Amino acid sequence: MKIDAIMLNAEDNVATAVQDLEKMQMARVRFGENILEVQITETIPYGHKFVMKAMVKGEPILKYGEVIGTATEDIAVGQHAHVHNIESTRGRGDLR
Amino acid sequence: MSERKLEFLGYHRQDGTVGTRNYVGVLSAVVCANEVVEEIVRRVDGTARFTHHQGCCQTPMDIGQVTKTLAGLGNNPNLYSVLIVSLGCESTDLDAALDGIRANGKRAELLIIQESGGAARSIAQGVLLAQEMAREASYAKRESAPLSKIMLGMKCGSSDTTSGLIPNPAIGVASDLLINAGATSIIGETTEFIGAERIIVRNAANSKVSDEIIAMVDRMEKRAMAVGQDIRGGQPTQGNIKGGLTTIEEKSLGAIAKAGKSPFQAAYEYGERPRVSGLVVMDSPGREPEILTGLAAAGCNIIAFATGRGAPQGFPFVPVLKITGSRTAAIKMSDHIDLDLSAVIDGMLTIEAAGQQIFRELLAVASGGKTKAEILQYTNSMDIYTRGPVI
Repeated sequence: MKIDAIMLNAEDNVATAVQDLEKMQMARVRFGENILEVQITETIPYGHKFVMKAMVKGEPILKYGEVIGTATEDIAVGQHAHVHNIESTRGRGDLR
Repeated sequence: MSERKLEFLGYHRQDGTVGTRNYVGVLSAVVCANEVVEEIVRRVDGTARFTHHQGCCQTPMDIGQVTKTLAGLGNNPNLYSVLIVSLGCESTDLDAALDGIRANGKRAELLIIQESGGAARSIAQGVLLAQEMAREASYAKRESAPLSKIMLGMKCGSSDTTSGLIPNPAIGVASDLLINAGATSIIGETTEFIGAERIIVRNAANSKVSDEIIAMVDRMEKRAMAVGQDIRGGQPTQGNIKGGLTTIEEKSLGAIAKAGKSPFQAAYEYGERPRVSGLVVMDSPGREPEILTGLAAAGCNIIAFATGRGAPQGFPFVPVLKITGSRTAAIKMSDHIDLDLSAVIDGMLTIEAAGQQIFRELLAVASGGKTKAEILQYTNSMDIYTRGPVI
């Protein structure tokens, strides 16, 4: 059956959309053999991430069970998670 | 996999390697010889070119890299013999490159433009010489070879978030199957190990190997930081970000999925021939021309290339198999995508089954099946990775 998103690791706090998702729709998120349902609160383009567990500013973003960056603001479940609210912690020659 | 004996059909070389293709390689020794190389290859069937932008007015470190890369390319099993075209005044060490190729029992010839009397005469001489070499090469036949003779290069490019979810882990499955049969797989793109260090440590055969790989990653990150810039300006690329990739760490974790579950056995410099079988790392940047060249110089006879948005690049004499998990890329970039794994999204295909599909396709292509890039001759993605300034 068609799925809307994939979550890869039990520790992850984001999932990746594999369809274009619309505001207020319920997304079917595949996690291993299971399907989780999440209410989407803003438009999520195909391939982009949304939040599975609410997070506060400064919290690490986990995908593949690993840290992919840090939240630059509080982010609620179902919100779009991308460059506007996540920043990298690596290769930052600008912060030296 | 099936109990049937697994093998492929390839061209056995004197040094024990096996080619998946059988070309006379016409290699440019310096940027200024490229036009002559292109004309020779255009005229002579059975030849393949290598042109680049290096070989002169560079630091000794980079000139050494150019020389070693040319020797490595000449030794690639997909080349039956080699013709090097030189301008005559460049810094590339021609004797070292030729000796490095001849040492393996392979015929290597040299054509010097300034001694032949200009481009027109060099092209005429080169066409005649390449014609004779191509005729000799054409008598070679494909014979069965064990999978231990596969040296797989792995790469992902023009990635989106599906790359890390579908084709990269599926390539990891195919690579594990090949490695279990005795093959060698090379993963490059050192930049895309940034943020994946924990996985490297966990999967390294021993701490010496993980220390070496992490030192390479650190060196690459410092190189980017040394210019006082934020690496985010170039990695992830604007296209990656549009596709949904947010940070270099996220890109790295998706990219390293290509490594599969096999342990990392060794770490090598750019273009260096692996001395062990199994999974190895090669220091290289992520950009296509430089990494495809590095993989070819290391001796890869086939390359698996995952893409999310649709990367078109091929290489002149090593087949590059394009694999996607994105239906959009499979439809919009259909003339570049060899294998569409988007059925994973519909729940119709598992990553494991997708990996077995890649494995079978790699063996078919290794035995002579052509990639779309080869058929359309979209094979211009080549250059030598250098680190210093042009001076």
